[in-house]
Amino acid sequence: MGQPSVAASGAAAPPKPEDPQRKAIPSVPLDALKEKFPEAIEEIAFFAGEVTARIKLARLVEIACFLKDNSRTKMDLLSDLSAVDYPKEPSRFEINYHVYSIPHRHRLRLKIRVAEGESVQTVSGVWATANWHEREAYDLFGITFAGHPDLTRILLPDDWKGHPLRKEYPLEGFPEQHPRYR
Amino acid sequence: MFHTEVLEVNMGPQHPATHGVLRVILSLDGETIVGCKPVIGYLHRGVEKLSEHKLYVMIPPLCDRLDYVGSASQNLGYIQAVEKLCGIEVPDRGQYIRVILAELNRISSHLVWLGTHGLDIGAMTVFFYTFREREMILDLFEAFCGARLTTNMFRFGGTLEDLPPGWIEGCRRFIDLLPSRIREYEGLLSQNRIWLERTKGVGVISAEEAVNWGLTGPCLRGSGVNFDVRKAMPYAAYERFQFDVPLGVNCDTYDRYLVRMEEMRQSARIIRQALDTLPGGEFRGKVPKKIKPPVAEVYHVIEGPRGEQGFYIKSDGTEKPYRVRFKSPSFVNLQALPVMSKGHLIADAVAIIGTLDIVLGDVDR
Repeated sequence: MGQPSVAASGAAAPPKPEDPQRKAIPSVPLDALKEKFPEAIEEIAFFAGEVTARIKLARLVEIACFLKDNSRTKMDLLSDLSAVDYPKEPSRFEINYHVYSIPHRHRLRLKIRVAEGESVQTVSGVWATANWHEREAYDLFGITFAGHPDLTRILLPDDWKGHPLRKEYPLEGFPEQHPRYR
Repeated sequence: MFHTEVLEVNMGPQHPATHGVLRVILSLDGETIVGCKPVIGYLHRGVEKLSEHKLYVMIPPLCDRLDYVGSASQNLGYIQAVEKLCGIEVPDRGQYIRVILAELNRISSHLVWLGTHGLDIGAMTVFFYTFREREMILDLFEAFCGARLTTNMFRFGGTLEDLPPGWIEGCRRFIDLLPSRIREYEGLLSQNRIWLERTKGVGVISAEEAVNWGLTGPCLRGSGVNFDVRKAMPYAAYERFQFDVPLGVNCDTYDRYLVRMEEMRQSARIIRQALDTLPGGEFRGKVPKKIKPPVAEVYHVIEGPRGEQGFYIKSDGTEKPYRVRFKSPSFVNLQALPVMSKGHLIADAVAIIGTLDIVLGDVDR
């Protein structure tokens, strides 16, 4: 216990071609994205009926606005925003935006990669609900969001040191930080 | 010269109307709320971090403890996410039992909401009635799995057990009784002048705003947006059952009350259909001894009692998940509190917190 497992690497092993779960499926938002921003898409993945598009960090807000406002895609609900930490990779954080369209009933996972010290443009201007999700990512991962109206810690106390969901953060915390509880 | 100042008041973290440990910093002009800032995190237990250090099979009991009022939904969502990741099939009987238990849990969660919401606003009687019926559901859970609150009823590939002898009859008795009991609550509240004064026109949020703030569940449907995961992306066996999705018109606390009351009836309707057509066969399919998913990621959503519950799992091909993320509807819904309470009185803040139906364990994770 206490030792973070950092064995994993974020880059997926090359999928076997016969894997039926990874078969490409038709997706309206992905097609719209491919038409409008062919140069901004870095990677496309399918798994178990889910569609993932990794996009360039710099184009995030532009693409988010397009997905929300375009009548074909109309991704009006930001279902979730969460981060994953891959400490061994050059851009260590990955942020997943799970967007959904209530009128069209389609889903898409947008993905960006961001290095430590780099900041991500906030999407709270596009989907207001991103506000707290981004604060949570800042709190638990230490990712900064440029243009965020109130980027403060949300779940942990304001004077907390460190970001617990980073892989190098021990499960039971740093001993010097709260010796009383160990 | 006289001058007035905006006064800052702390509501909570130990205020009884905040349903746990929620602190709300209210900025008041007289008794009118001009600003409102929820402060959360008092119940943060680091479940997402903890999950990274546990085997896949060890996580469901933790999920139960996030949203302890709607534990069956939490449990089901996580289990289904892992099943999606590994491609595990669930036999029909298992799916039906899942639906029955999840809907019973939805009713019990709505009963807790109704009782405490009434208690907050001053209608104390309802609390005793709703907890009487909730007790019957908890007894059914106890008969099924031995636990009442954090039930951990589902397993990969199906459920913990088959329905015990006599359980179906007990469940039918409850389902037959429920409509008359719901009429009883409505008799107490729906035309009650105090209830109407306290809920009509309070906490109004337009459909567009509600979607923008990411509200889901009865809070979103109270604003007239037709989005129910059970209809939009059916999971378990929901596509086989007939039920309606009640929608609000006036986007206020009263309409959200009506939506939840109707949802309880619809849940009973689903349970009755599931009991009538309960297929035979296995309640749990074949599952590998070791849960070791391929390198992949899934995001699975289900319709919990409070809204859309999301489960994101990233697997690195080992026996422990690389990352687990619980998207909680309570967390998202609470975010809309400042928007909904602006311009209302302090007493209305209590009604609005109640109508959002948050569970702080789920907010803080």
